Amino acid sequence: MTGAHLLTLIAAVATALFVLELVRRRQIRDKYAVQFLVLAAGMVVLAFAPGLLEWIATTLSIIEPVNALFFLAILVLLASIVHLSWEISRLESETRTLSEEVALLRLEVEVHHEHESRDTE
Amino acid sequence: MTTGRTPRRVLVVTPAYNEQASVGDVVTRVRTAISDAAILVVDDGSADATAAVARQAGAQVLSLPYNLGVGGAMRVGYRFAARNGFDAVVQIDADGQHSPEDVPALLAALEHADVVVGSRFAGQGGYAVGRLRRAVMRWLARRLSRVTGTLLTDVTSGFRAIGPRAVAIFARVYPVEYLGDTVEALVIAARSGLRVAEVPVTMHQRAGGTPSQTVVKGVIYVLRAVAMIGLSRFQRWPFATAASADAGKEST
Repeated sequence: MTGAHLLTLIAAVATALFVLELVRRRQIRDKYAVQFLVLAAGMVVLAFAPGLLEWIATTLSIIEPVNALFFLAILVLLASIVHLSWEISRLESETRTLSEEVALLRLEVEVHHEHESRDTE
Repeated sequence: MTTGRTPRRVLVVTPAYNEQASVGDVVTRVRTAISDAAILVVDDGSADATAAVARQAGAQVLSLPYNLGVGGAMRVGYRFAARNGFDAVVQIDADGQHSPEDVPALLAALEHADVVVGSRFAGQGGYAVGRLRRAVMRWLARRLSRVTGTLLTDVTSGFRAIGPRAVAIFARVYPVEYLGDTVEALVIAARSGLRVAEVPVTMHQRAGGTPSQTVVKGVIYVLRAVAMIGLSRFQRWPFATAASADAGKEST
């Protein structure tokens, strides 16, 4: 096992442990936790099967196996960012709806209060 | 109802998303079946007249500003129950799948359990599902039976009753993921040391609206359930009840 493989293994295990700690403290939703745990598992597989990376490189007709690794890593990061953008967009529209809802409720409460104070006079 | 010592305050919660065709009938039947219960319809961001129909039929209505899914709607219901001092909550669907006439049986089973699931497979027949779906449901039921320490046959049933200890916990920790509530609620119950039981009920095909099940959604549902059961081993369960804190660890 070369130094690079050992490094990959350490990074994978550290990622998994960190994510599991976040799970334990309920600081991360399981849909995100699962993504990173699957990613860590993939890294472990690559660390133990160096032939796999070479096979991927030949299949994609990339000369340097390490470039195949970078290519795959960038793809994963891109997918992750797109997913987060999608989640953020949903959150934005939901907070907007909530603000509107609060404004509408505030008006209703004010109107209600006015009616009440008029009734007691 | 054969409730013992203390008179129970029962809240029936009906999550409803675009169910104007059936929600009125469900509310009316609940009111005749259990006359002393309060009825709360959680209108989950419906675009139709669900809220108006439910109010007309005599239910209290909470309208969510946008769709949160059944889990999100139920958590609002549990918080309403906890805040207003209800000590039993019944969940019943707005589409007419569940018979309000079965509710007293669910409530009676709360004498010896904190969470009671109405099962369509535990005896009373009349409900057909596809072979593959049935096999997957069986497999999930076996896993959940092991986690909860009770024999369960229908873990995806959304027809349930819960007692005071469960209300206190579900008002704080309840699965809000889309379509992920039924199985996960049982995992939460087990890990929090709540006693789970099952009661046979009759289920009908939907009376109105459209079912929220497709093959893709079904696959995602099962994968999520499996992941959730796995991850729940690592999670801290701060609200576990002291009385049976180790019940989740495989004892009865």
